[in-house]
This record gives sequence, C-alpha cells and structure tokens, in this order.
Amino acid sequence: MLKKRIIPVLFLKNGLIVRSERFEDFRELGDPLHQLDRLNDWQADELIYIDISREGTHDLKRDDMKVKSMSSTLEILTAISKKCFMPLTFGGRIKNYDDVNNIISHGADKVVINSALHENPALISQIADSFGSQCLVAGIDVRREADVHHLIYNQGNTRSNKSPLEWAMQVQDMGAGEIFINSIDRDGMADGFDIEMIEQIALAVKIPVIACGGAGQVDDFYDVVTKTHASAVAAGNIFNFTESAYVRVKQELYELKLCVKPYRQVNVI
Amino acid sequence: MIKSQVAIIDIGMGNLQSVKNVCAHLGVSAHIVNTGMHLNDYSHVILPGVGSFSQGMQNLRERDFEMELNHFANESNRFLLGICLGMQLFADVGFEGGRSSGLGLIPGQVKRIESEQLRVPHVGWNDIRIKKETLLIPKQLAGDYYFVHSYTYLPEENDDVLATCEYENEFACAISRDNIYGVQFHPEKSHDLGIAMMRNFLNLGAPTS
Repeated sequence: MLKKRIIPVLFLKNGLIVRSERFEDFRELGDPLHQLDRLNDWQADELIYIDISREGTHDLKRDDMKVKSMSSTLEILTAISKKCFMPLTFGGRIKNYDDVNNIISHGADKVVINSALHENPALISQIADSFGSQCLVAGIDVRREADVHHLIYNQGNTRSNKSPLEWAMQVQDMGAGEIFINSIDRDGMADGFDIEMIEQIALAVKIPVIACGGAGQVDDFYDVVTKTHASAVAAGNIFNFTESAYVRVKQELYELKLCVKPYRQVNVI
Repeated sequence: MIKSQVAIIDIGMGNLQSVKNVCAHLGVSAHIVNTGMHLNDYSHVILPGVGSFSQGMQNLRERDFEMELNHFANESNRFLLGICLGMQLFADVGFEGGRSSGLGLIPGQVKRIESEQLRVPHVGWNDIRIKKETLLIPKQLAGDYYFVHSYTYLPEENDDVLATCEYENEFACAISRDNIYGVQFHPEKSHDLGIAMMRNFLNLGAPTS
C-alpha cells in the first residue's frame, strides 16, 4: 500500500540551516550536511530544501562546521545530493526555466516553486513538458485572515485575487505534479495544521498534496493523516529543533498502525 | 568486491547524478555516456530516466543506443538495468506521448494508470512483493521503495515478473529476462534497500564467494 510521507523541510539561508517563524524570524541551526547524515540514518521519506537567502550569496563562515566554504546554492545542492539516497526537492528563489534546469542537473529530483508560477504561469507547462510533471511541486502559501483563506506569494508579501482552491486546480491543470500547501499564519507556531483548508484542496485535486505549516506534536501529524486526503505531511522546525522528533513521529504513527513507512527498514547489507 | 565497468546512459531525461552517486557510494566509478558508440566497453549498463515514453525512445534513437541495447539480449556476461522510464522502454510498445514502439527486450506494453479514485502519478513509498527470487532482488529485499510514475508496464509473460506492487491494482514493478532487468521504482532513492539492490546489480556476473 502507498504510504503517507512524512517530510522534513529544511530552510537554507546563506548556506546554513535556519528556523523559520511566520516567514520572518530566522535563527541559525547549522550545517546542512550534518543534518543530512541524521536524516539518512533515520531513512526519512523525502527531503525538501528551501533556499530563503535574500542576499544571493552564501558563506559557511563558521569553522566549527568542518565544511569547506561553499560559494553558491548549487554547490550546496551538489554536496547534499551526493549523500542523499532519498527523494530530494529543492526550492526557493527559482525564477525561470534555466534555474530549474540548473537545479535538476545538480542532483535534485524535483523543484518546488511558488512566486514565479504566479508571475509567469506558462512556466508550469514549460517545466512539465521538459522535465515531466513529477518534477514540479507547486508551492501554495495560504494566510487565514478573519476566517478567509487568502492566496499569498512573493515571500508572504503579495496577496493574489484568486482563492487557494482556484489556484490549486489551475496549477494541476497546467501540469504541476504535486502541491505543497503552507499555512503562513501557522508557520513556526506549532499549534496544529489547518485541517479544513488542506482537506478542501486535497479533495478538489487529483495530484498528491503535501501539507505544511503548524506541526508541533505527533497528534498534529496524526490529524493530517487520519482527517485529510493529503498524501504527505511536511514540517520544518519540529524536525530541526526537537531532538529525534522525526524518529518519534514515525514510530508513534507506525505503532498506531497508520500507513507510514517504518522509520528504519533493517534486514540488509 | 565489485569490479565492473559501469555505464549510465544519458538520454537527457531525469536525474542521472543520483544513480552515479549511489554507484560511487558503492565504490564504483560509473561513466555517463551519451552515445551508443562505446557501450560495448561496459559490463554493466544502467538506463535511468523519467519523462515520456515517446520522447525517451526518440532520444535513444538519436543517440544511437537502440541497436546497441538490442545486442544485450544475446549476451550473457553483460547486464542491463532499466530504472523507471528506463524499464518501460524495454516494452514492445508504449502509449505516453502517442503510441510508439519500444526496445522490445521484454514483451509487454506500457499504459497509463487509469483510476477514478487514486491520485496519478503514483508518488511515494510502496511495498513490493517478490514473486520470483533472483540475485538482483532476493527475499530479504522485500519492503518499501520510492515510486513516481503515471504509467505501468504490463508484461506478456508472468515468468518475466520478479516483483509486484499494489496501487489499486497489482502491477509489475520489477521484471527480468535473461541478463536484462527493469525496476519501476527508484533504487537510487530508496535508502538501504535500494542501495543493496544496486549493489546486487553491480555484482551480477562476479564470481560468487
């Protein structure tokens, strides 16, 4: 049976993994390759890296990291992909076809794109035609204000006049392979997912939906898996900040007989 | 100890680097080749790829791989592994991007997953059932592998099926005939089980200890 994926999201800022809160507050957490070792050990289902650097330069300046200074996002991606024996999605700051081509040729399996799809919807079919639909994860940011869900892009700064639901169906029809929904108002708040909104979109589309934004405890993952048709649950801070949270979430869901891949498949080598 | 000359065929579709990375992890330096001319130099050839069947065949032909790959059927000391689209191209015919003929190495057709209920593509981790044990996929390698595809291989002969997977219907997710192997899932993206499977492939033809 197809398993529900549990996906750690790692935010990269200037070459370092950072914590994000409501898209604004960033705290440095450390070196991306060190994080990757642990996620490999835990046999994570998939990884999503989002580059949120604004300056456009990267510098691993702290020498306690035992990593050579890497000068660009693509170098970091190459280093990650060499050790990443699981599906790898990369996003952030992707503007056009050439960016996608670069990212895929440096070892990512998929790209997650948000703002550029709003600014240039033709990019969706262009990517789907060249790399296949499976390669394109459409990022959809949603902010709930006074019980209305607004579609947001441009790093939380621009509100679209379309509804999140309309946009989800549109990106599907234009060739996106998956949808990554992030609730901005819940980002980093650890008070649970926006179950109602996730389910509304998951029921409306036929492509897989990845739910993100609000994970604070195992129960929150349980809710998405049992109360929605989302195919995957993603989270950032809980996996980066809480010791062994990934293993704990996987184990508990598995023990509750939910349809997830066991956190470790032993038996070989 | 793996001692093989390994080629990864570049048809300009998909993430070749991750296949090369898993070979490197296993101590094998694989060469990425983009023309069929020198394929004879290699003992193990991997055909990865994602994308449409018709485009895949067109690229294989343009790069002179079709004839070279057809020679594999007659050779016993060389091994071919198709991954995802690479496996599908072994079929007689495919229907993605219009009807087109495939390599015809393992009889069958490649058709779209048709379902009202299910999401297509089939993306994520799904468990495989081993139907026929081989050196490539022995019983111990049953478990979850990573899939991402919208089309499936419908083999003509049950005997060619090594393993199946269930997504509403049961479908062949690993096939082989003689020295030719194909897997629908991505061993290079399936952690330890996939790495073990890749090791088994690279060890095919090596004297058993």
